[in-house]
Amino acid sequence: MEEEEEEEEEEEKRKCCGVLSVVIMPYLGSEDTVRELRRALTNPNVQSDLLRYRNTILKVIRAMSQGVDVSSLFSEMVKACATVDVVQKKLVYVFLCSYATLNPELSLLVINTLRKDCQDPNPMVRSLALRNMTNLRLPSLVEYVEQPLTAGLRDRAACVRRVAVLGWAKLYNLQTHSDIDAAVVNELYSLLRDTDPVVMVNCLRALDEILKEEGGVAINKPIAHHLLNRLKECDIWGQCEVLRILQRYRPQSEDELFDILSLLDASLVSPHPPVMAATLSLFLSLCPALPTVTLAALERVRAPLLATCGSASREMMFAAICHIQLLLRSLPGLMGAHYKRFFCGYAEPAYIKQRKMQVLMELVNDDNVAMILDELKGYCTDVNTDTSQAAISAIGRIGRSYSDRCLEILTGLLGLKQDHITSAVVQTMRDLVWVCPQCSDTVCLAVEGCEETLQDSQGRQALLWLLGVYGERVSSAPYTLEVFIDGVRSETSLGVKMELLTATVRVLLCRPAETQDMLGRLLHYCIEEETNMSVRDQALLYYRLLHCGIEETRKVLQGRRSDPSLGVLIGRPAEPVGQWACSFNTLAPLKQVAVETESTSRGSPEHVTFDRKPNTDLSDTLNCGQDETVHSGSDPDVLPPSPVVPLSLSLSPALSPAEFERLWLQRPHVLSEQDSVKTEEEEDYLCMEERVRCPEILHCSTQSLQAAMQLVNIQMLAFTLLFHTNRSRLGKYGLVSTKLTLHLQDVSPQYDCTGNHRRPRASSLLRLLLARSPATMSGALNPGSDTVHGHGRRLAEMSFTTA
Amino acid sequence: MISQLFILSSKGDHLIYKDFRGEAGIDVVSVFYEKVTALPGDQPPVVMSHKDLHYVHIRQGGLYWVATTTQDSSPFTIIEFLNRLAALVKDYCGSLSEKSVQMNFALIYELLDEVVDYGYVQTTSSDVLKNFIQTEAVSSKPFSLFDLSNVGLFGAETQQSKVAPSSAATRPIQSSREQGGKSQIFVDVIERLSVVIGSNGVVMKADVEGEIRVKCYMPSCSEMRIGLNEEFSIGKSQLRGYGAAVRVDECSFHQAVRLDEFDNHRILRLCPSQGEQTVMQYQLSDDLPTPPPFRLFPTIERDNGGRLLIYLKLRCDLPPKSFSQELSSPEQSCELKPQNRSVVWTVPRCTGGTQLSAVFKLEVPGLSSASMLEVGPVGLTFELPKVTATGLQIRFLRLSPVQPGPSQRWVRYVTHSDSYIVRI
Repeated sequence: MEEEEEEEEEEEKRKCCGVLSVVIMPYLGSEDTVRELRRALTNPNVQSDLLRYRNTILKVIRAMSQGVDVSSLFSEMVKACATVDVVQKKLVYVFLCSYATLNPELSLLVINTLRKDCQDPNPMVRSLALRNMTNLRLPSLVEYVEQPLTAGLRDRAACVRRVAVLGWAKLYNLQTHSDIDAAVVNELYSLLRDTDPVVMVNCLRALDEILKEEGGVAINKPIAHHLLNRLKECDIWGQCEVLRILQRYRPQSEDELFDILSLLDASLVSPHPPVMAATLSLFLSLCPALPTVTLAALERVRAPLLATCGSASREMMFAAICHIQLLLRSLPGLMGAHYKRFFCGYAEPAYIKQRKMQVLMELVNDDNVAMILDELKGYCTDVNTDTSQAAISAIGRIGRSYSDRCLEILTGLLGLKQDHITSAVVQTMRDLVWVCPQCSDTVCLAVEGCEETLQDSQGRQALLWLLGVYGERVSSAPYTLEVFIDGVRSETSLGVKMELLTATVRVLLCRPAETQDMLGRLLHYCIEEETNMSVRDQALLYYRLLHCGIEETRKVLQGRRSDPSLGVLIGRPAEPVGQWACSFNTLAPLKQVAVETESTSRGSPEHVTFDRKPNTDLSDTLNCGQDETVHSGSDPDVLPPSPVVPLSLSLSPALSPAEFERLWLQRPHVLSEQDSVKTEEEEDYLCMEERVRCPEILHCSTQSLQAAMQLVNIQMLAFTLLFHTNRSRLGKYGLVSTKLTLHLQDVSPQYDCTGNHRRPRASSLLRLLLARSPATMSGALNPGSDTVHGHGRRLAEMSFTTA
Repeated sequence: MISQLFILSSKGDHLIYKDFRGEAGIDVVSVFYEKVTALPGDQPPVVMSHKDLHYVHIRQGGLYWVATTTQDSSPFTIIEFLNRLAALVKDYCGSLSEKSVQMNFALIYELLDEVVDYGYVQTTSSDVLKNFIQTEAVSSKPFSLFDLSNVGLFGAETQQSKVAPSSAATRPIQSSREQGGKSQIFVDVIERLSVVIGSNGVVMKADVEGEIRVKCYMPSCSEMRIGLNEEFSIGKSQLRGYGAAVRVDECSFHQAVRLDEFDNHRILRLCPSQGEQTVMQYQLSDDLPTPPPFRLFPTIERDNGGRLLIYLKLRCDLPPKSFSQELSSPEQSCELKPQNRSVVWTVPRCTGGTQLSAVFKLEVPGLSSASMLEVGPVGLTFELPKVTATGLQIRFLRLSPVQPGPSQRWVRYVTHSDSYIVRI
């Protein structure tokens, strides 16, 4: 009795402070919450009162969505399911569907209620029951579900048919290995003619999932035409789905193709961005062979795309800008007259501003350059440093075609004496000079005196590079270097130290009198006191190099001052539409980290290709994406079969020091085993062997591989692809042993390889080896006595033993 | 195809979580929040990836609306869907905030259940959804705000929103049933202005993005006719005579709008569904019929004490009659925001044809003549009621058949500054 009273009291209390309990609940410990809820759920007083019962269930769901584990209430909730109150039913189903997989036995109790509901006269109840029956995701319940689902397909209410159709897809995915029921598939195909457009679209979706292994739903001519004719009845979501599915259909004649295209014309300029994008996607896939039609379609979507760019939803705007970037790759002139649409708004988020600047950069022409530069100039002083740096590098990029105007702006920015602006400007100037040597006079004048405002290592590295390369033209170069050398002890950045070494040696070559003494001090410090091995090794290298004589040093260090591939860079050729058509209307364009924004975080210009976009046709499997990894150097025999990874090259090989060392030591062995003749033949090239284990990529031609390599500045001399299909060991994955003989670019070794100090040192060492010409190195280090391999190895061994 | 959908508060509280396909665990929510918070700045990119899962999110009402997908789906579709979902939730809950979502979570789960099945969007039309959600409400008193306000929970809040006049349209659409007979329809002409004015006072860019939005609280409304200015024209070629034509560059309509009377009489016909929908969207670039509403005349000086003096003269070029209210003593305020390195000058109200001046004296350490270049631009944020920049007007608004009982029709005009920049 007493207990009951207590409970009553508690109930009373809870009623009074209902407000409180709702608010407080999330902060209670989850155990207390669950205990309290169970008490309430089992209380007969609560159960008899419809409203209180439902409120208690509400609390359970609330706790669930806040992340409290309420799965232990399952049996109580199953009981709550048997009710006439539809709202309560819906709430309980939300709970049951979330936790059914944890309680398969108890879920069996629900199935009877659900099956009974499937007979309910109210179509809403029927559809609800059917939907949740399939949402329980329990393979054990499949046998009970099939019959109501079959009945559901023939239900007179469209809402039940919609649910039933998708229910078959859910059922099939629960037991993927089971055979496909041909009767169901046929029924679904016939339901494509259903009067309700959503049922039709759901059939497409369901068939697509059920027939996944056969390549999805088959679209023949009658189906395609049926879908096209009913396109208008669907809402935008249905239209998108139909348009996506139709991409599979290939019209049989040109007349048919043009009929389809004219049918689709209206949706091409739809005010709904999803429909517009899906239609353009379909256009691109339908007529790859008709460039004029494609171009006309792109012209047509210009207006709706621009309208989307002005959308009130920032995210939608962003998606549109990213896709416009794709279009501009093929049609640089498409938006030229509308450049003002890409001016940044004051309160726009940084990610939109940066994308807009990238678009603006592409749109520059003689007519609008003044306006665009004026606009970009305004962004340079943006409060957000990323935005301001992106604006500065955008100006630098435009400077490749309009150098005078841009240099004027950049020089003006140096006057602000803001450290992040100065840093970005100096880096931009370095990049600009590398491509446009004619700018060097202005740049040499401008960089004088800006070392005082430079704070970050990237900016100082850029300045040192400029000083090194143009030492004879910057009058204060040795004195600026001296300031750096005096402060080298307190210098923390590895990159700056290495850049400083190179710059000083370079300045020595043109102004020996002023530099000799300080170089001595620097080398002494770096060799005797410096703890970092990369710096020490570099200092040692220069020290020995200088021993070989000034002429040898000059040969090694005075490399190019401008991009060797200059000329082809100016005015990027328009890409064929096919290059990006497959990524249109996917997430890829939104994810791409653009090349330009990266320029602020890289080392020296020589390491980076400016034009990463391939001119040759690349097969899809090969892309230079940033996020993909290279599978390199791993011993193929011990590798377990791994999921299919497309072969790709990464600009920053992620190699641990240990792995690199192992690889390196293993190399001579491999070489001698394979052919010893080669070693002698390739004196001038560093021979590197990589074993790339990847799935069979037979369709990937050597040309496309070569093109991919060129993207990362690797020239190919000899190239063999060996296919071992060692099926017994590696299952269905073929083993591709790729032997790449790499002719490395003749880049003089003035560059530290740790341009980006965040990367592990070993991987940068690899880059160092790759980036330097072994030919010049061998000449300088040990003239004529050893082969390249010996040198490379010694250098590597030296590094690793000292490390 | 959507794998999961969840709504997070700005602090990362889980408000709504629904897994449609059972492809990934619940930890995706925390993974997402970590990713969002790990990024510098509060504006993470729209699309993020973790393992094989792509996260697409939007921000509305201070909340993260996130959809995950395993396939490479169309970003337009997912973003549009999330926007539409937010609009639906706003329609059903009245307003969009952490609190309203928290209170109506059961309703939102129910909505989600009807809107998405197995990751596929089924319908987002409030006309269709009405049937499901409405029957629900009739069969048993329910789960929405009203259910909770019965308990005395949120009475205060509903009261508030009734008092505040500008939020007359921020109430749940279902309430039209409950309150019986109080049928209202709001037609809003909303224009967003983005203007760049150069330092020499020349208008460098002036764009207008406009839309006509209908918010309907009528339980049954068969047809509505909206009459626009007769001289309204689209595109450059259609200029008629010398009259004060109202012109836009591009114009698009909601698919439910019938345009048979549009060509001759500029009348839009539609049957509005309950809730909010955008009937027409239009853009105008670079050719505003009127001068921009605000002019700013800045002067910047450096005084002997190393202080920065900024004189701002703000002139409102709107015709004086456009604001009926008298300007009471302006309660202007000014605040220095060091984290943005900006000065915010707030003017509560500014009548047409008037001019306001302000002098700001800033102590800037290490002020040099070069740092003067860093000052600017000035960004203006404002809202102009009863004004459209394009001059678009609604001539009439007719409902047919004439509604039984009292019905209220409201037409409102408002111009927002999307981005109004004056260079210095």
